[in-house]
Amino acid sequence: MLQVMRSPKVYDVCIIGSGAGGGMAAKVLAEGGLSVVMLEAGPPVNPEKDFKMMMWPYELPHRGGGVGGRARENFGEFLAPNGAWEIEGEPYTSAPGANFRWFRSRIVGGRTNHWGRIALRFAPIDFKSRTRDGLGDDWPITYEDLSPYYDKVEEYIGVFGSRENVPSAPDGIFLPPPKPRCHELLIKKACDKLNIICIPSRHAILTRSVHGRVPCHYCGQCGRGCITASNFSSSQVLIPPAMQTGRMTLITGAMAREIVVGKDGKVEAVLYIDKATRTEKRVSARAVVVAASACESARLLLNSKSSLFPNGLANSSGTVGRYLTDSVGSDGSGVVPALEKMPPHNHDGTGGMHLYIPWWKFDRQNDFPRGYHIELWGGRDMPGLGMFDGLCHREEGYGLSLKRRARQVYGTTVGMSGRGEMIPNPDTYCEIDPNVVDEWGIPVLRFHFKWTEYELRQAKDMQETFRSIIETMGGEYTTKTAIDGPYPYGIQEGGKIIHEVGTARMGADPKTSVLNGYCQAHDVKNLFVTDGAPLVTNPDKNPTLTILALSWRASEYLLSEARKGNI
Amino acid sequence: MATQGVSRRDILRTLAMGAVGGSVLQVIPAEAAEYAHQMVHQAKTAAPAGKYTPKYFSPDQYATITALCEMIIPADEKSGGAIEAGAPEFIDLITSENEHFQLRLGGGLMWLGHFCRDRFDASSFLACTPEQKRQVLDLIAFRKNAKDDPALSQGIAFFALMRSMTCDAFYTSKIGIEDLQYIGNTSLAEFPGCPALPE
Repeated sequence: MLQVMRSPKVYDVCIIGSGAGGGMAAKVLAEGGLSVVMLEAGPPVNPEKDFKMMMWPYELPHRGGGVGGRARENFGEFLAPNGAWEIEGEPYTSAPGANFRWFRSRIVGGRTNHWGRIALRFAPIDFKSRTRDGLGDDWPITYEDLSPYYDKVEEYIGVFGSRENVPSAPDGIFLPPPKPRCHELLIKKACDKLNIICIPSRHAILTRSVHGRVPCHYCGQCGRGCITASNFSSSQVLIPPAMQTGRMTLITGAMAREIVVGKDGKVEAVLYIDKATRTEKRVSARAVVVAASACESARLLLNSKSSLFPNGLANSSGTVGRYLTDSVGSDGSGVVPALEKMPPHNHDGTGGMHLYIPWWKFDRQNDFPRGYHIELWGGRDMPGLGMFDGLCHREEGYGLSLKRRARQVYGTTVGMSGRGEMIPNPDTYCEIDPNVVDEWGIPVLRFHFKWTEYELRQAKDMQETFRSIIETMGGEYTTKTAIDGPYPYGIQEGGKIIHEVGTARMGADPKTSVLNGYCQAHDVKNLFVTDGAPLVTNPDKNPTLTILALSWRASEYLLSEARKGNI
Repeated sequence: MATQGVSRRDILRTLAMGAVGGSVLQVIPAEAAEYAHQMVHQAKTAAPAGKYTPKYFSPDQYATITALCEMIIPADEKSGGAIEAGAPEFIDLITSENEHFQLRLGGGLMWLGHFCRDRFDASSFLACTPEQKRQVLDLIAFRKNAKDDPALSQGIAFFALMRSMTCDAFYTSKIGIEDLQYIGNTSLAEFPGCPALPE
């Protein structure tokens, strides 16, 4: 039936995915002299047209809520992912009792177009989990192995922050941080009283010019995508230099279906669906870098079955899709009357917080393993849909009294988001659903997901901390959470924090891991995975900076092996 | 002038390309950034004015929605009200695309009509006197009233949705955003930080 179109050219490397991991591989490999073809399942991005930077809500008829208001609860119209937890025609399923939400972004640059830009290094102890508390596994590499790459990434993409010597949050190469906002100063005052560490946050946003990119203009809207490229995205910071080498070919609308293995056991081509023509195409390469996002990469490996690899490519260990984790997430907010006295002022700043709370209880015994950090929000944000949901719910009423109260409480909300480490567990993984395919005919993922007592206790601790900080500020903590039901202590569904990692983890033992310390498959030496999938643990540091560092390191290794003729 | 020979499009294109060596970016960074902001602003501010024809609600229903909007957020000495802010149009547009809202608001409006007939012998909510309208809202604007009179609970649920949608519309409008004295959504060379902490 379908005729497979073969491209005669054999590229040195085929990279699948254009986000943080794929973009970094493209830059390093193309600049290193290799010919690269990149497959991206989504369309190209055109920042000047696509990014809704500095648009007012009233410039859109739905005011940001989307058709039928459906985007109000689902990321809104302003942000830049071109995707969400549901994509038409590309379903996934959940096993009975599991509730996992899988966020996908189909666009050049992937989720780096809209991500929060929080750029935190993992700490030395994060690489030695089993040694530390007997849970999970140690990484095959150490902080010292990765640290030079963290340096290089920070220097190249630009990260603001400050040197603080907090053991759980290593310092990096930082641009100056922006000044704190009012509510952040009040939070810090309260934290000082409570002996909680509160320091400038670390974001991949430029407060100074870096490598020809202009500094931030402080509109506070990084999530919409930045037309001036003053924050980091793969589409604006990694793909352009790769393209400039003249050695990279970017194919958009290309949904990878299967990686093809030759008789010698090495990968030799990738089959993909050209979405525009619904035809299957084949592109040949001497090496393949999979960076389609942790779960999408696992799906591709599991769907790449052959007589040599009957359980899926690079899956002799049976661990592809296993060890899936997301961050533990629980949020809370309150109303702080002291902020009513603030005069109107521009509070936008950079996208996201200027101060944050790193994990501060690293030196004591807690009733859960590992830790969490706290992201801060609130204050005089640009008004948007749902801004007065809390007021309407708490105080109700209507008329002039409601309007006056809205005026009075505007800017007095203070919120916190705890983001903590989940321990991999045997009930949480993804696999191929035996019964369902997507509109491209590709078998889809089925998710199994379970929080354990570890994560629930962490969420409980988060709620207690949020309350104590807001009450110390003289505020009223207004978030109410149940101790049972589907969201104990406000814990979010798996996948909602969009930090899913671990599905093709690295390890020293090929029997229990998919990749070695260079993100190279144990089973197939010309196959690499460089997105969130290789991560052995998912510490309370958002994964993107580590994905960038791992991908840079893996790509340099791939380059040197290629030069030696070992690929 | 540094921008000579470079079109607006070139500037935007260069900005969009990010870290590309030898670009105009190195010559005119600040101007280019400001330029981009203006361009986007101009390109994206263009809402055709004109009279709105409801897409979903009947004329009577739309008139009732409009009356409720203005009662929820009325004009006062500081700013205009929900009608001026486009709340009825917003609610009608969203409802026209969402069956769930069609049932909740359409059914809610019917409930409101029944309630006014039963309570005041009025032919509709709109036919009520201003005092009667206030009495109705004083009953359905608070959850606690359902404790004394459980028959109010459906009306309370309806009104909560109306209030939420009206607030959404008002506080995303130019009038509502100015009413809150939000300052921002603009380009700054440096972020000044907090003016002075409240004591």
